[in-house]
Amino acid sequence: MITQALFRALDKRAIWIILILLVVAVAVPASNLLLPTGHPLRLPNYVVPLFGKYLTFAMLALALDLVWGYCGILSLGHGAFFAIGGYAMGMYLMRQIGTRGVYANPTLPDFMVFLNWKELPWYWQGMDNFWIAMVAVVVVPGLLAFVFGFLAFRSRVTGVYLSIITQAMTYALLLAFFRNDMGFGGNNGLTDFKDILGQSISAPGTRAALFAASAVALAFAVFACSMTVNSKLGKVMVAVRDAESRTRFIGYRVEYVKLFAFVVSAVIAGIAGALYVPQVGIINPSEFDPANSIEVVIWTAVGGRGTIIGPIIGGILVNVGKSYFTGAFPEYWLFALGALFVVTTLFLPKGIVGLIGQYRAATTKREQHDRGDPTPRQVEAGVDPQPNPAE
Amino acid sequence: MNAARLLQRIALFLVLSLTLAIPARAQVADSDLSPLVDALAPGNFKDREAAIGVLVSTEDPRVVPILEILLEGELYFDDATGKVVFTSAPSGKGTISDPLTGDELPTVTEDGLDKVKVNNGLRRVIRTAIGQMTLLSEDAGVRRFAAQSILRDADPAQLELLDSAIAAEADTGIRQTMEQARAVIMLKTPDASVADKTAAVPVVQAIGGRDALNVLTTALASAPAELQPTIQTAINGLARDRAVWDVAQNIWFGISLGSVLLLAAIGLAITFGVMGVINMAHGEMVMLGAYTTFVVQEIIRQNYPGLFDWSLAIALPLAFLVTGLIGIAIERGIIRFLYGRPLETLLATWGLSLIIQQAVQRIFTANIREVGNPTWMSGSFELGGLAITWNRFYIVIFAIIVFLSLLTVLKYTAIGLHMRAVTQNRRMASAMGIRTPLVDAMTFGLGSGVAGLAGVALSQIGNVSPNLGQGYIIDSFMVVVFGGVGNLWGTLVGALTLGIANKFIEPYAGAVLGKIIILVLIILFIQRRPRGLFALKGRSIEA
Repeated sequence: MITQALFRALDKRAIWIILILLVVAVAVPASNLLLPTGHPLRLPNYVVPLFGKYLTFAMLALALDLVWGYCGILSLGHGAFFAIGGYAMGMYLMRQIGTRGVYANPTLPDFMVFLNWKELPWYWQGMDNFWIAMVAVVVVPGLLAFVFGFLAFRSRVTGVYLSIITQAMTYALLLAFFRNDMGFGGNNGLTDFKDILGQSISAPGTRAALFAASAVALAFAVFACSMTVNSKLGKVMVAVRDAESRTRFIGYRVEYVKLFAFVVSAVIAGIAGALYVPQVGIINPSEFDPANSIEVVIWTAVGGRGTIIGPIIGGILVNVGKSYFTGAFPEYWLFALGALFVVTTLFLPKGIVGLIGQYRAATTKREQHDRGDPTPRQVEAGVDPQPNPAE
Repeated sequence: MNAARLLQRIALFLVLSLTLAIPARAQVADSDLSPLVDALAPGNFKDREAAIGVLVSTEDPRVVPILEILLEGELYFDDATGKVVFTSAPSGKGTISDPLTGDELPTVTEDGLDKVKVNNGLRRVIRTAIGQMTLLSEDAGVRRFAAQSILRDADPAQLELLDSAIAAEADTGIRQTMEQARAVIMLKTPDASVADKTAAVPVVQAIGGRDALNVLTTALASAPAELQPTIQTAINGLARDRAVWDVAQNIWFGISLGSVLLLAAIGLAITFGVMGVINMAHGEMVMLGAYTTFVVQEIIRQNYPGLFDWSLAIALPLAFLVTGLIGIAIERGIIRFLYGRPLETLLATWGLSLIIQQAVQRIFTANIREVGNPTWMSGSFELGGLAITWNRFYIVIFAIIVFLSLLTVLKYTAIGLHMRAVTQNRRMASAMGIRTPLVDAMTFGLGSGVAGLAGVALSQIGNVSPNLGQGYIIDSFMVVVFGGVGNLWGTLVGALTLGIANKFIEPYAGAVLGKIIILVLIILFIQRRPRGLFALKGRSIEA
């Protein structure tokens, strides 16, 4: 019966995405590990963590989509949750280095020895335990989102104001993590990781496992998001997005709905960050850069917000494009990215997924027209279109 | 005393003697004075004393530096010709010059130079002579300079001379300096009487500043027990003054930072207030304004160097035009299609900001460009205990002018009236016949133009680089969010509050932590007033 309820909650598309992700989670590592070198279908070693990175970015875009696409909250600080999850993972990985560091200190990471610290700060205690670190990955971004969201939504900070203060939040964290006194390695961040769960972090097997973990985590995130948006709560979220005041007057506690979406989204972003760090091998404060968080918004927008598949497509496509551009024409990447922002907002308000929908609608319309049906009523362009809080 | 400092003194005295209009009769021709100087070389100390007497009787100010060099025992004479010379290196390797004119003389062979010898008796004579020529000089400028230099050096040997100078001095200002010098000397002399020292303490305290504090602190260590409370009180008083001035200095720094924030944020506040859109490319408009200044200065440097001091006056209207037109183009080309979708406008303008930055980087390279200060903007001046640099000072003035002119435009012009109407209620304004699209375009142009003006100002206090605007954009947002929109006063109060708060937190928490604290405070502040300090009151639910 539970399965039945689940299937009802998930729409057909989400099931397809989850299935594809699970297949990828098996196929990519298998191709890399099992096929002999030189086989045309074998993925080279460097590709596996690269694809893994794209998947974590897709997950981050999906997290943003949950709040922006479904709940109308444009967060310009989602990179902060991603980075915090990453730092939690990075702390665990730092503690695993042990005596293999430059200063060979069994408990203190190198940068602390370098700064003449005598003992671990309290927040580093216990981070050598994988499961405690994983709890931190989930709890810390969630807690930050809860406190921040509680304060912001309760006092009805909405729209552009909210966007700006989320940006201020990530900027404040950026500055904070740059400080050596914070105990997170200052501007060098955390790096030089050796192993994870006893396995060498650079071994092909570990990388394949991390990739599989990323794909499974993304599948799980799709599952969770899809469940949420198809539930009754999800409908209320959309209602908040489209007409916040009206939803409030009907009697819903809008701030709690928003808070729920914001916290779930932050947790997903944190998990994405935790998977990102071991695959790229470093986490530093630049992940908190407000520019990064805005870039995440464009991934979501390009793919199509308000859909589950959109941000995944957007996150992967834009980042593949970025890898290609920064390699082939480094001078033009920012032009391309800037143009992407402008073109997407002007011509593709619903993203790539929306483009397909538009095409379908156009086809239907033509068919209707051919059959002589009256054209659907057009919304007249007034001097001042009613501002839509979703946008 | 090293050679460089001597040269410096000579130059100073020469300048002084030229500029302060030394009475004509005191000026003796080089040819007349030269043999008198040369007379210092031959004979014994007695002859030398006589020669000094003759030199002093000329009352020529050029004699003073020569005597000072002689006092240091660093005046030489040529064995062969008997000519007194000044050398930059006594070993004979350095250049040799005439002590009177400063002209370089042909180098003589090694060992060809001998020192003009002085003993203690002669030193006293020379000191008195110098004092007579300076402290007792007829020219007030020379006396003031001498008094100031004694105040600085506080040499106890000059006490007697100083006393006679004080008695003879008519100018109250100069006498005050002399008395201050005397007080400092008193405190520095171990064998001065307690009564003298007690009298000296308030005089020194009145000088104020760090130097006085140092003098008193040193005196406290060696002072007799009965004097110590007096000195301690004076020190406490000075320290209190210092603290007050430090606060004043912080306020000034805060105002200065606040005026920069005001310039950067005010355009943003206007566009946000009228159109409800956040222009993420605002920082780039500031950057373009700064680059306009750079280009103007480059052209002036290459073609019309004489106009350099006018470069800012030329750059200001140009920057306003350039960025204003670009702003209008952005509004007509992009933002117009995104009305009613403020968040998408934010994204589109962010994309634009990336493109503009990269384009500027392609044209001007990523190197940091330095924009010069016109002469009237360089240097600094002191106001009480405050050190104020001219460029900061002018930027504060400029910010006030920009603020007031915008206020005037909004209040007394037709377009300003329309802008206020649209800010208050767009649909009603439209119904009343105001062409809102035109108002939007004009507003965006004005906001961008003001950003360009801010860029000209910012180019004067920092370097110009393609990401100049990025550094200001978040701070400007904070000002707008804090101050609220729809009212320029909100922006003013917001900018000044943030600037001053920043500078007051900085000494305790450090620059970075200070900034973090400010950001956190703003995020908390937003809880209480979600629409900023000066929120526009209206009846609509969704503002």
